[in-house]
Amino acid sequence: MKILDVTDLSVKSGTGLALVSNVSFSLEPGARLGLIGESGSGKSLTALAIMGLLPTELNVSGSVLLSDGKTASQQILDAPEKVLNQIRGAVVSIVFQEPLTALDPLMKTGKQLAEPLRRWHGLKGATLQAEIFNALDEVRIGNPKRIADSYPYEISGGERQRAAIAMALACKPALLIADEPTTALDVTVQAEVLALLDTVVASRGMSLLFISHDLAVVSRITDSVLVLKDGEVVEAGSLQNILNEPKHPYTRELVSSAKELDAALTISARSGGDHDISNS
Amino acid sequence: MSSKSPPIVNYIVRRLIFLVFSLFLASISLFVLLRILPGDPANALLSVGATPEQIAAAQHKVGSDLPLLQQFGKWIGQLLSFQMGDSLISNAPVGREILSRLSVTVPLTLTAFAIAVALAIPFGFIAAYKAKTWYGSILNSVSQLGMAVPVFWVGVILVFVFALRLRVLPAGGFPPGGWGDLAGAIRALSLPVITIVLVMSASLIRYVRSATLDVLNSDYLRTSRALGSSFMEAMWRHGLRNAASPVISILGIELATTFVGAVVVESVFALPGLGSFLVRGISQHDYPVVQGVLFISTLAVLTIGFLADLIQRFIDPRLSRSLTGQIS
Amino acid sequence: MTQQTRRYPLPLLVGLVLISIIFIMAVLSIFWLPYQLGDTSGSRLGAPSLHHWFGTDKLGRDLLSRIMIGARIAFEVGLLSVAIGAFLGVLLGLGAGFAQRWMDESFSALLDILIAFPTLLLAMLIVATRGASLTSAIVAIGLGMSAIIARLTRLLVKRVLTQDYITASRASGTSWPRVIVVHILPNIWPTLIVIFALQFGLAGLTEASLSYLGLGSPPPNASWGSLLQEAQATVLTAPIAAIVPGLLLIALVIGMNMIADGLREVADPTMRRSR
Repeated sequence: MKILDVTDLSVKSGTGLALVSNVSFSLEPGARLGLIGESGSGKSLTALAIMGLLPTELNVSGSVLLSDGKTASQQILDAPEKVLNQIRGAVVSIVFQEPLTALDPLMKTGKQLAEPLRRWHGLKGATLQAEIFNALDEVRIGNPKRIADSYPYEISGGERQRAAIAMALACKPALLIADEPTTALDVTVQAEVLALLDTVVASRGMSLLFISHDLAVVSRITDSVLVLKDGEVVEAGSLQNILNEPKHPYTRELVSSAKELDAALTISARSGGDHDISNS
Repeated sequence: MSSKSPPIVNYIVRRLIFLVFSLFLASISLFVLLRILPGDPANALLSVGATPEQIAAAQHKVGSDLPLLQQFGKWIGQLLSFQMGDSLISNAPVGREILSRLSVTVPLTLTAFAIAVALAIPFGFIAAYKAKTWYGSILNSVSQLGMAVPVFWVGVILVFVFALRLRVLPAGGFPPGGWGDLAGAIRALSLPVITIVLVMSASLIRYVRSATLDVLNSDYLRTSRALGSSFMEAMWRHGLRNAASPVISILGIELATTFVGAVVVESVFALPGLGSFLVRGISQHDYPVVQGVLFISTLAVLTIGFLADLIQRFIDPRLSRSLTGQIS
Repeated sequence: MTQQTRRYPLPLLVGLVLISIIFIMAVLSIFWLPYQLGDTSGSRLGAPSLHHWFGTDKLGRDLLSRIMIGARIAFEVGLLSVAIGAFLGVLLGLGAGFAQRWMDESFSALLDILIAFPTLLLAMLIVATRGASLTSAIVAIGLGMSAIIARLTRLLVKRVLTQDYITASRASGTSWPRVIVVHILPNIWPTLIVIFALQFGLAGLTEASLSYLGLGSPPPNASWGSLLQEAQATVLTAPIAAIVPGLLLIALVIGMNMIADGLREVADPTMRRSR
């Protein structure tokens, strides 16, 4: 059964401006979809809609069905808060773009990580502490104790984002949404975090919805791509098809600019060379 | 082996030293302004055409026949022994009078402040949480109005309505027995407290509203909810502390403003507090009184600021601070 | 996301109307008053009538005339104290903005002490030394205001100094004075204007408190604060005299607040503002 099934998702502003129009896509268990578009294309709003976290002044219509793969799907739109609280985190969780603002600035990182661990696994005391360190280890943080005892502003951007990923994973969701998770990081750190996401998503068998404006980044971690422009889906397909035979003019622009920028570089793909843009 | 004292102790000590330094600076300024600017303070005691003997006597009484530095030394010496000289008019010790008047001003200020804060927190929260509703907007407008209103005018209107028209509360005065007459004292302070509360809660509501809005729109609140917490849970765990930080940073100043409001309100309601003492001292050119009251006020303001700053640093360790503890 | 695109938002217009009314009263009072100051021909505490639109005070003077004079004083206080505060504040703020390290720290420390000290108390102190008069009030309020303006200016200047166009300008040989005049001041001006407008109203409030306490401009050239103080004793018999000056003070402050908000929208939409 599908983990995520989005049908005709539309988001309008309070004044009637269409921000997202009739977006439809779905995700099987373990599948990875990249959502590509520039700022204002509606990709982040789509992610928030899936989580049921859209600002209240926006009007949303359509259907978003979420499932953890074992139980029946749940309609997200217009679902009551109590239902959503059970789904958010356990079935789907999200990593945001800027970890500095996404984390509580006045709370130590370890304590913030403890929150989902306590909620979803009922851990307490020493077991909780141990699990916090485990979680930080899993995201390849060098010194878990130092990170856990530090405030977000005291650690580096890469460490912050890894901690945010750990928090998202702590709930053991079936679907992970990553909204531009590497955009705010330094280039060297980007590659590491991307690799981390790759490994972790694979080892847990999660589905991944990866949102980005950067085709090169998306091509390293996803199998299929959805191209958004001005709130509408202009093209969808497997990564191979999009890269080799882009049909929509906008997609062609994206692909050719990505190829130009990376012409001098060889982008190693997850399966070793198949997704080398410069050779396509 | 030397042990490093933790940074928080260092910070407290630094701020304490700065507090004492500011106090000293303030006393100097106070002293200089009151002695230098108007010319000889002894003039207050004299009428036109005074004889040299009268002038000399007045100067001796005021102490202005001594060199300036010595006068200042005398003043500091008095302060350190908790004295403030005698009133030029009544010859009564200023310090003692201040103490007795504090028993009116301090309860007035603190009660009004506590009630204003207690009101501002829920109403400020509602004003933010329900900012888009009609009652949220009204709340916002009313609080803006409250900040534009002169506190003494509110007092006059309240006197008009409750004391004179409805006759439920006294129009002014304080029981001669002081706090011995508890019921009378409370009745006497009721309208004054309400007056100050009406004005102070308006600005406090604005601050709470602003801080709450920041939290409501924050990313970390969204993250918490994205991981499964309910809105209330997220607000409690994350919102409270983050909203408290900016509010506490202005609480010190607001308390000082409340004190000033009390000073004015005492004139409206003829209360025997510090404010009326100061006003009388000014109009009578009674310099020891003015100096004493202003010094106490400065001490209060600076100490409140110091304490508020410490509390805020406890809540919000990330702010980079200058010597004064101001956020740069 | 749509923004309000009306060029003249309602609050700004309301603010302008309120201030204009007071302004007209103020300016008019320079040339013409319904009754002259010394004219005590009216009945004592007379009710509003055709001859005396707001009635008369306890000495028989026309209240409307006294209110108009109060309007003039309110504007005098506002304009002059903002002038003093702005001049001193911007100057000091500029200096502080350029200062580094220990000088900057001590300067901010001094400013913080001054700002923490309530303006009204400062005003009372100055009145104590110089005697009660409008000038004392204006000087005191102006001084208190200069500290607030200096602190803001310092912050703004520091922010501007980090911008690239300053470095670029200096790199092309522009002297510091010219940089200040051509680059820094024009950039900080919009934010400062908003604060000036706000302080204008607050200055009126402070002066009113001073006058109420009897420490302001002495009668009959009395400000609204004094009028309220006089009216308090007879509020039962002549409530108008106690209500109107208060309402006008509120109108003054709210009017200036609205104008300040309007200015903020027009001049400085990038600055984060309190909602």
